[in-house]
Formats: sequence, structure tokens, C-alpha cells
Amino acid sequence: MDAPHPNGFHSGSRLERVLRAGHFAVTAELGPPQNADPQVIRQKAHLLAGVVDAANITDNQTAIVRMSSVSAGAIALQEGIEPVMQITCRDRNRLAMQSDLLGAYALGLRNVLCLTGDHQSFGNHPTAKNVHDLDSLQLIQMVVGMRDNKTFQCGDPIKGLEPRFFVGAAANPFGDPFEWRPLRLAKKVKAGANFIQTQLIYNVPRFAEFMDKVRQLGVHREVYLLAGVGPLKSPGMAKYMRDEVPGLDVPNEFVDRMTAAADGIDKEDKKGRSAAWKKEGIQIAIELIQQMRQIEGVAGIHLMAIEWEEAVRPIIDGAGLLPRPEPEPVAAAAPQLQRDADTA
Amino acid sequence: MIIAEQKPFDEIKGLIAGADNVLVVGCGTCVTVCFAGGEKEAGILATSLRMATKIDGAPQAVTHTTVQRQCEWEFVDPLAAQIEQADVVLSLGCGIGVQALAERFPKAIVVPGLNTSFLGQPTEQGVWEERCAACGSCVLGLTGGICPIARCAKQLLNGPCGGSQNGNCEIGHDTPCAWQLIYDRLQAQGRLHLLMDIQPAKDWSTSRDGGPRRITREDLRLTAEISE
Repeated sequence: MDAPHPNGFHSGSRLERVLRAGHFAVTAELGPPQNADPQVIRQKAHLLAGVVDAANITDNQTAIVRMSSVSAGAIALQEGIEPVMQITCRDRNRLAMQSDLLGAYALGLRNVLCLTGDHQSFGNHPTAKNVHDLDSLQLIQMVVGMRDNKTFQCGDPIKGLEPRFFVGAAANPFGDPFEWRPLRLAKKVKAGANFIQTQLIYNVPRFAEFMDKVRQLGVHREVYLLAGVGPLKSPGMAKYMRDEVPGLDVPNEFVDRMTAAADGIDKEDKKGRSAAWKKEGIQIAIELIQQMRQIEGVAGIHLMAIEWEEAVRPIIDGAGLLPRPEPEPVAAAAPQLQRDADTA
Repeated sequence: MIIAEQKPFDEIKGLIAGADNVLVVGCGTCVTVCFAGGEKEAGILATSLRMATKIDGAPQAVTHTTVQRQCEWEFVDPLAAQIEQADVVLSLGCGIGVQALAERFPKAIVVPGLNTSFLGQPTEQGVWEERCAACGSCVLGLTGGICPIARCAKQLLNGPCGGSQNGNCEIGHDTPCAWQLIYDRLQAQGRLHLLMDIQPAKDWSTSRDGGPRRITREDLRLTAEISE
């Protein structure tokens, strides 16, 4: 499976080059709007420019209809943000996914994150039919096959330029069964994943336990793992994530810290309390990044400041991760790709 | 077996509205066993409809009968005379029974009294659960005898997804995660290695995606089919 392009890179994306150069990578999330306004993407992109190596463009996140990740990714690219196009198995079959991959590559997108997708019952179209023609492992195989074997999923050759993506997958260290999670990660790497972004991590000791197992399997040497970090905005959000969100493990310590952050501030001073909570949330995120950076096998972080893109810069700055590195360009990439196009 | 449940009473009333003579046809097989459309349910429904339509001031004559299997010609053929008398036939068979009556008696107006729900089994008194999606290509040999196509909300062949928590699916606390069940079973049997193989993309052409399905067994046919 692992047959890099003759230029030495799978896709040559900025994210791939940052990771290959051994830098501690930073990605964030850019949620497309629930409307057709490109300005929303541009504004969010400006908040992330120069702060992250790439930004994930979510694909109908939590099963709520949003601008497509292909088009939002293309707009982000125009604004100087390298997108990681998320693609879920919930809404499209293998034909639609492959045509989107061809189109996304043609528009300049170079990273893909392959996901199962939240169940549609969480979103705003709970009566929809779900697809799940492929699962996330099979999706990884398909994207890698298009790149390394130059074939469509059916086995037909791609005549002409093949889409060459740096292929990512997700891992939830706190999903059940806990003992199976490192093995499932290994399975995704076996399918061909080049990088992994994890679910939000608050319980660092438990995550370290997960990483012990990942290292025992040797998987950390075959894949770049970016640990998921998310700033808490309020004690209410911390409690909600602790109690209500499947697959999240939020220790009480953080709920208590968030609550204590507004101690002594008048209950009527809502602005003051909110500012104190946000400050503490940013501080906790910085500490989490510093702790996770110490864990062997963690190659970077994936910051999910959902609808709070303003928090990204202070967190990345506070964690000592600015300025972002400028990785070497792909020397042979341009002529190589040109040659491929010529022989097509 | 096929599991079904009766449609809401008002919906049934709507389906037979305006008919002077209604024949309720129960079925003695699957829907009898799941207490949805057997002889007893056909009788109760017919009585209820007679009473309700009388109270509404537009009484309808509702009679009932039950056949052993609504999905086989030999059992439905004897209904010809009764169906002839009815303005509307209310089938309490599964979707197959409804269609068998409609096909055999094309002049009759046949309406469904049940919603056909799934292929499953009773897991305790009064509880039925889905077990098979009839995908046409059985994977149970790889999954410890637990079907991820019918029982995983996302039909994953390489599960579980990240939403599995405390043994439950992300869609609800009363839905067991099929992949947790598969994991537990294979672990108990010392066969977890089966899960390390990546199951390739499924061939859905044997499922509904390939169009309506048909099985022909030449060894069982009584006459050779005339070729088209």
C-alpha cells in the first residue's frame, strides 16, 4: 500500500510536508456555514491564517446540512488556508464520493479525512435515508487505491491524472471497547491512513494509556497522530460534554476549574463571567497541549474550537507553537505531476 | 420471522372510508406469532371498526376471515367468493400478503392494516428485535453470529465506530452496539483475530440495491419456463 509518489510524498500537501519534516503539526477546524455565503469561510480562514498548518472542513457535521466540504475547502484555499476535506460515509455512496474526490483534487485540495459520520438522528434531517455504502476503513482503502494504484474502487484504471491525497482517519481513544481502540487504529493504518486525528481529549492519563498500547503495536512509527484538543467555553459546556456526548471523557477536575473561574464575579455580570470562563478554557487547552506534546507518538494537535475560531490563535500562541514552520516545497513535484499529465 | 405491527386505528379507518362492505383478512403465520394480524387480531379489529363506524354515524359492514398463509396462492385462492362481495379488502398480512391478495384479485381494492417492520425474533414476551436485513450475502460467519448489517445503525463491516459507549449505540441508550456484542462474543471465543482482517467494500447487488430479487430453482420447477 505504502508507495509514495516518485517525488517522495503521498500528496505533497503542506500538512504532509510539515509532518515529514518532523515539526509538531497544528490543525484546526473550520465549520462551513448553514447557508451559501462564501464570506463566512473567508472570515474564519482569516482567523486561522498563519496559525495552523491546515484546517479541517467538516462534512455536514453532526448531520446538519452545511456548505459542502469540497466547495468550502476550495474557498479556504483561495484565502491561503490549506484544507483537510472531511468526507463521511453517511451521505454518499462510492460513486458520489469518488466524483467528489476527483473534483476536490482538481480544485487543489490535497488532504482528506475519512469518517463514518454521525448518525442522521442527531441532525436536522432525522427522517433521511443514510447511505453507508462503504465504512470508514473501506473509504480509506478507496482513496489510497485511487492514489497508489490509479484505480477506481471497482478496479477500473484511472486514465489520466489520479487524485493524490494525504489520507487521514479519525480515532476515538475513549470509545468502547477501550481495549479495541488501539487495534482499530492499527487497522486504519493497515488500510493506508497516513495521519490520524483523534476525538477531543481531556483525560490525558487515559489517553497516555491508549498511546502506550499504540506504541506497543508500533503503529506510531507508521502514522502521524494528531491529538484532539477543544477549549471549554463555560462550565455548562463542560458538564454537557462530560454527561451527554457519547465517546467523550471529561474529568470532573475541568468542570470544577471552569466553575471556579467565575468565583467572585457578580452573577449579573454575564460578560465578566463569560470572559473569565473563556480565559480559563483557553488556559486548560494550553495545558492539555503541553501535556500531550510530551507523549511519545503524538505528532501534533488538532484543535476543535467549534464556532470559536477566535480562540485558536491565543491557544496556539500560548502553547508556544507560533510561528508555524514553513516546510520545504516539494522540489520535484511540479515536473513530476506534469509528466503524469503528459503520459495520460 | 416477519415482524409487523398494526397501523394506527385512525389510519386504518381512513383506508377503508366510504366502503360499505369491508373484508378483514388475517394471516396465520408470522403475523399471528407476533400478535399483529392473526385470527384473533382480525376479529378484534373487525369488531372495533364496526363499532367505531357506527358511533361515527356511517356504519360499515366489516367481516373477517383468516387464511393460513397469505403469501401462497393455494391458501388465498379459496377467498375468491368473499373478496368478490367486498368493496375493500383490509389485509392483516405482511406486505407480501397484501401484494399476494392484490395480485390474485386484481379487481379488488386491497389495503394494508399492518406496517411490516422487520425480520426478527421475540427476545422476551412482548419484545421483538431485528436480526436480519436480507442483504443476500451472509457475513455471520465472520462476526460471531451477530449481524452488523441489520444491527449496526451504520451497517459497518469494520466497526465499531467512535459512538459506541458503555455497550450502547450512539443513537440511543436502549440500542445495543452490535460491534460491542461482536467484540465480546469473539473475545470470549478467543477469535478476536477475525476482526483484524479488513472486510472489503460490500457487494450490495445481492441486496435491494440490485433491484427486486428473484430465486429460480430449475430442479424444483414443475414445467420448463417458456423462454422470452
